[in-house]
Amino acid sequence: MALTLTAKKGKESGRSRHFRKDGVKLLLMASPFVLFAFAFSYVPLFGWIYAFFDYHPGIPLNRTEFIGIQNFRDMFSDPRMGPVLVNTLALSFLSILTAPIPMLFAVMVSEVKSGWFKRLVQTVSTLPHYISWIIVYALAFSMFSTEGAVNTIFSNLGISDTPVNVLGNYDRVWTVQTLLLLWKGVGWSAIIYLAAIVSIDSEQYDAAKVDGAGRLRTIWHITVPSIMPTFIVLLLLSISNLLSAGFEQYLVFNNVLVADRIEVLDLYVYRLGLVTGDYSYSTAVGMFKSVISILLLFTVNFLSKKFRGQGIV
Amino acid sequence: MNTQASAQPAGRTETKPARRRRKIDWKDFTFNAINYFILTLLILITIYPFYYIFVYSISDSIEAQKGVTFWPAGFSLEAYQKTLTLPGIKDAAIVSLSRTVLGTILTVLCCSFFAYLITKEEMLLRKYVYRFVLITMYFNAGFIPWYLTMKTYGLQNNFLLYIVPSALAGFNVILIKTFIEQLPASLEESAKIDGAGYMRIFTSIIFPLSMPIIATIAVFAAVGQWSTWFDNWFLVENPKLQTLQLVLYTFLNQSSNLANATTEQLNRGDLVRTLTPQSIQMTITMLVTLPIVLVYPLLQRYFVKGIMMGAVKG
Repeated sequence: MALTLTAKKGKESGRSRHFRKDGVKLLLMASPFVLFAFAFSYVPLFGWIYAFFDYHPGIPLNRTEFIGIQNFRDMFSDPRMGPVLVNTLALSFLSILTAPIPMLFAVMVSEVKSGWFKRLVQTVSTLPHYISWIIVYALAFSMFSTEGAVNTIFSNLGISDTPVNVLGNYDRVWTVQTLLLLWKGVGWSAIIYLAAIVSIDSEQYDAAKVDGAGRLRTIWHITVPSIMPTFIVLLLLSISNLLSAGFEQYLVFNNVLVADRIEVLDLYVYRLGLVTGDYSYSTAVGMFKSVISILLLFTVNFLSKKFRGQGIV
Repeated sequence: MNTQASAQPAGRTETKPARRRRKIDWKDFTFNAINYFILTLLILITIYPFYYIFVYSISDSIEAQKGVTFWPAGFSLEAYQKTLTLPGIKDAAIVSLSRTVLGTILTVLCCSFFAYLITKEEMLLRKYVYRFVLITMYFNAGFIPWYLTMKTYGLQNNFLLYIVPSALAGFNVILIKTFIEQLPASLEESAKIDGAGYMRIFTSIIFPLSMPIIATIAVFAAVGQWSTWFDNWFLVENPKLQTLQLVLYTFLNQSSNLANATTEQLNRGDLVRTLTPQSIQMTITMLVTLPIVLVYPLLQRYFVKGIMMGAVKG
């Protein structure tokens, strides 16, 4: 150590030149990654230009008519836009409404004293997070189709003999989708709360015990306040994702019977683009969504900084 | 949590009179009973669909039509035998496996090497390089621009579409960078004095030492690769390049005519029709789900570690 120190003093200028050379070398080594990020994340942004042209696939952009913000004006007179926004916001609000459930679940798990049961609950409840929406669809189909398990069990128990088509139910589609989302995500979302609960100082609980507080009281006065900050951050993040109601889920569960109420903004963008072939208008709607999302993220981050003294991104 | 559990009875016997203690224990008992009851119910709701698919897939196809609930109706592995001979299943399995293996290797190498470079403070413009890459986590150009860009790059109907665009992920870079930063700097310095270059130091010191976080990320990436299907759905039509996920989805969505036709094909040669489309659906679902269900409990702890690190960071 002493040796390197003296060497450093002795060759100060040589070292710093070396340092610079290393700096350039490192930059060169990192440049493929910079190029990569540019190619796959930044270049697509240039595609936003299509929103301002009357672009049709097959005709090059320079022979396409520039129409300015016509596509954005069209959005306001698009009769489909209203229902699509209602669907998106409704599904987002329902999922925000169920946000306390993972927290409740985490508290319940943390109150389990038997180690193996706790591990079992955690392992099992996180499993659905790792499977794709296609598998969730396959499972839901096998459960809820007219010949599926639920209808079979109901008719075996004599509860109901007329099979119910849960996945094709127009009136209940929002509820069904919210429950599916909850089924898939509850265990995963709980992990972060469990981490917060583990880090609570156990002295607090001991003190509460001495004061004669029961289980529910300790939960209410110690556990819940300790995980509230985590809850707030996640809540704020979900607000910034208001317009990004899960694309894959609704794409997979879309069917003729429920299409009207399940078509969220992302799904509409996809349908406009690849099904109808209206690339320009589709891009405009997608752009509108991205811009609102970023604005929401900034707002929420600003509010969080103001009231919690800490940003969320 | 454990301290809380063990402190409870001790505290009570000392401070509370006997009569009162019984009352509180009863309350405690009710709390536990309700808690365990609800959690058990949740376990059953989560597990049952998987169990049902499994039981159905090993049932005798014809008998299963009358309805399966908890026990297999008859027993037959015919559905598995026949499903594996379905046209396209083998190719799809190979595609899914290759994208999982190659995609995981690629993303682990890219993210870890980039993360290492970013930890070097002498890098020119280091902050800008890091931000330029990280910020990609927060924006998304949207569907059509993404679609057109991939097409321009010639990734349509190309296997590389599955593994290349996901190679560099900001979140993984943060995790690995944080891990490397807390490794002792002296190891690297001594190697540097011995004349080792950055590449050499990375491959022989940093990468092996970062195994805990690399394993976590590899697991994340592998499960992600196995489950991703939207790239296949939007940009790959070539039947040779279909993933298992999409084959399953196509099969689920096929009109019953088509499903019946496939089934007829499978039943060809037998005098009696022995397989139903439902059985085949259940079996394919099993084949797609099984790798995750088998591997996942072993890797669960890595996931938990990963998300906790993310939580600490973010």
